[in-house]
Amino acid sequence: MTDIGIARFGAYVPRLRIERSIIAAAHAWMAPGLKGQAKGSRAFTSWDEDAITMAVEAARDAVGSGDLGAVAGLRLASTNLPYADLQNAAIVAGAIGAPSTIATSDASGSQRAGTSALLQALQGGRPELVIAADNPFGKPASAQELSFGAGAAAFILSDQDVAARLIGSASINSVFVDHFRSDEASSDYAWEERWVRDEGYAKIAPAAIRAALADAHVAIGDIQHFVMPSYLKGAADAVAKKVKFSGAIAGGLEDGVGYAGAAHALLMLAATLEKAQPGERILLVGFGQGADALIFEVTDAVAQARPARGVAGCIADALPTDSYLRMLSFYGGLEAEWGMRSEKSAKTALTEQYRSAGQLEGFNAGKCGSCGTVQFPQLQYCVQCHASAEGFSDVSLRDEQAEVLTSTADWLSYHPSPPLWVGFVRFDSGARVLMEMVDIGKNGIDTGAKLRMVYRIKEKDRQRGYNRYFWKSTPLGAA
Amino acid sequence: MATGIKDKVAILGMGCSKFGERWDAGSPDLMKEAFEEALADAGIERKQIDAAWFGCWGDGINVGNSSIPAAMALRLEGIPVSRVENMCATGTEALRGATYAVASGAADIALAIGAEKLKDTGFGGLPPPFKGTFNDMWMPMGSAPAGFAQLAPYYRSKYGTSKEDLKRAISHVSWKSHQNGQFSPKAHFQKAVSMDTIMNAPMISDPLGLFDCSGVSDGSACAIVTTPEIARALGKSDLVTIKALQLATSSGRETQTNGWDGSYVATTRAAAARAYQEAGITDPRSQVHLSEVHDCFSITELVTMEDLGFSDDGRAVFDILDGRYDRDGAMPCQIDGGLKCFGHPIGASGLRMAYEIYNQLLGRAGERQMSSPSIGVTHNLGGVPYQGIAAISVLGLA
Repeated sequence: MTDIGIARFGAYVPRLRIERSIIAAAHAWMAPGLKGQAKGSRAFTSWDEDAITMAVEAARDAVGSGDLGAVAGLRLASTNLPYADLQNAAIVAGAIGAPSTIATSDASGSQRAGTSALLQALQGGRPELVIAADNPFGKPASAQELSFGAGAAAFILSDQDVAARLIGSASINSVFVDHFRSDEASSDYAWEERWVRDEGYAKIAPAAIRAALADAHVAIGDIQHFVMPSYLKGAADAVAKKVKFSGAIAGGLEDGVGYAGAAHALLMLAATLEKAQPGERILLVGFGQGADALIFEVTDAVAQARPARGVAGCIADALPTDSYLRMLSFYGGLEAEWGMRSEKSAKTALTEQYRSAGQLEGFNAGKCGSCGTVQFPQLQYCVQCHASAEGFSDVSLRDEQAEVLTSTADWLSYHPSPPLWVGFVRFDSGARVLMEMVDIGKNGIDTGAKLRMVYRIKEKDRQRGYNRYFWKSTPLGAA
Repeated sequence: MATGIKDKVAILGMGCSKFGERWDAGSPDLMKEAFEEALADAGIERKQIDAAWFGCWGDGINVGNSSIPAAMALRLEGIPVSRVENMCATGTEALRGATYAVASGAADIALAIGAEKLKDTGFGGLPPPFKGTFNDMWMPMGSAPAGFAQLAPYYRSKYGTSKEDLKRAISHVSWKSHQNGQFSPKAHFQKAVSMDTIMNAPMISDPLGLFDCSGVSDGSACAIVTTPEIARALGKSDLVTIKALQLATSSGRETQTNGWDGSYVATTRAAAARAYQEAGITDPRSQVHLSEVHDCFSITELVTMEDLGFSDDGRAVFDILDGRYDRDGAMPCQIDGGLKCFGHPIGASGLRMAYEIYNQLLGRAGERQMSSPSIGVTHNLGGVPYQGIAAISVLGLA
């Protein structure tokens, strides 16, 4: 097959978690039966997170201290992309500082969008960055609301330092409608689970798996890791049994993450690569209107490919929350009274956004060519010595270490997750920036606390349906 | 430094509307109230005014852009009228325009009027401002209390002040203003409030509780200025003259460099140094008898006592608790109740401060009257401590 394989990978799971028992308790009046499924916790996106922001975080984890210089393409897979006509992948590319010459594209429309994007990129034979990010919404009191979660995984494909090589693959397409979601709907319409499991997963996936095994010239006994996501309990076990797989069936990341839609297959692949040993083979299956089956062989390079955070790191980095209504509000399911301050227009001057793209996307501070002062924003003259900004060079604050200089919790301003935490942040380079602070636990945040930067929705223009994105700060090790 | 404007301009008359929730009045009505009082005080007719400056901050909730609404409301015919806006320092900015016109000889008699109608929004507090197309894309949308609350952690860490001491001192600031408000018939809030109520009020932006925040009011204030010679020719014997009028605006040094430690307001210190020099004040503690400062939040007044040189750095907490700035203290501050109780109709506030100093100097302050003060300072702050405009005036008997 191709020389291109997975060279590095990374993951992101939103820090916010809620115990499923809290969700079930909120619905006990109408659906007492949910209690039986309410085990462990699930992740959910904050009001300012979406597939784009999660993709950025996963990609940054994958890139680590490396760079994207060799990458020729970026694919973003999700069925919950914020924009229908505005390329989401391009926004991700801008935020992670990818070269402007790479090909960017969105992949969507199916729960196997993630595995399909990964397979197509591998078959394309060029170094690429493949990201899947998703935060599916399940209707209140649905089984999906309990089982769904959120997360993202990113894979850098390269012919250098390949940690997992694709040795075989197969795809099948079939209009098997286990669920659907029309363009106008916010949640899925799902058919009976037993039919989906027995006629769908248990018949379509095995056919793809057998074809992939044949393509790779290996037998099922040569596979050590079986990775197949499903929002249905027991689907992976049923398929594994059908193909007579006897190795390790990858867990579904039910506790701490939840089913992350089109990102879930790649999230599970990342989790598997975090512990897989050289020489082992991984079978990855994506299901949805057919199936993709990909067989990887892990190489000696896997130890160097592992990210700083990864799936395990994300699961550990949890910020427990205790309000079901908060989660519902963040997913747009609760029209609360936000007060008249929320009526302020959030219209974005698209002209200004384009002019200032370097500062807004890349968080580029300016380093004065005369006195060396690093400053954000970049205005016309140096704040210190008044030299012209023409002599500035860009210094991205995106990956810089920073700390809290001062902070306050603002209960007055309109903010979708009150209070608004705001304060001055001091960067190692000497830059000082007034910033929003997010994912703050109950104990608040003190001067001197270490921060890292995260790309988030700065403000939602609810009238026009447009998000402005910018960088915010978040404490290292929340909770 | 230039020779300055000391004693080149006298206040001929002043007026101030009743501040508060003026459900009965729009901006033009409020302007009329202040204007008529000032005209009567000055003893002139409308047609004697050569030029006017109109200060108003939020056009979206007031009378609209430009000077036209003021010229229409007051029927200022055929004279230059300018509208100025400099956030909460707008009132002093209007006074500065009129004063400079007279000092330059371009006008014999000039009018400064500030007005704001904040209670036509449908909610309490200030409307969230538009910060500019670029700033709105990166700057957090924090409220005014969130901006000022950040003085607290800086101040505490610099001077080792305990949370409790700081809270007690800022509570005393508000307690004192409420005490003073009782004797201000035009004030928005005229009731005394106990320390317990203030200290235990709901939190707005830590450590600022409800009573640490100034009122949001409707109101207008007005000054008519001329030369001392014309004032005397018009029959004025006791003259209040402008000793200094200075302004300083942030250039970004506080927000973008680590050169500012956050425990003070740099623009206030810059404007105060220039104002004291212009007025010839070398020792503010002995030469200034009273002050009206920008107590938009109690913490602001606390650091302002240090920024204006009234207290040593790090000592304002103790001077405040010792009653130094109370009505019967050595250096009364906000003797009319200040922004906290007299109210804060943004475009009018700087002129309202001057109105109180003017009346105190002329011995017309009624129950609030101090015994024979001769120099007063107004301090009017726009924006937030780290990015704002400080406008300071020194007013005194000629």
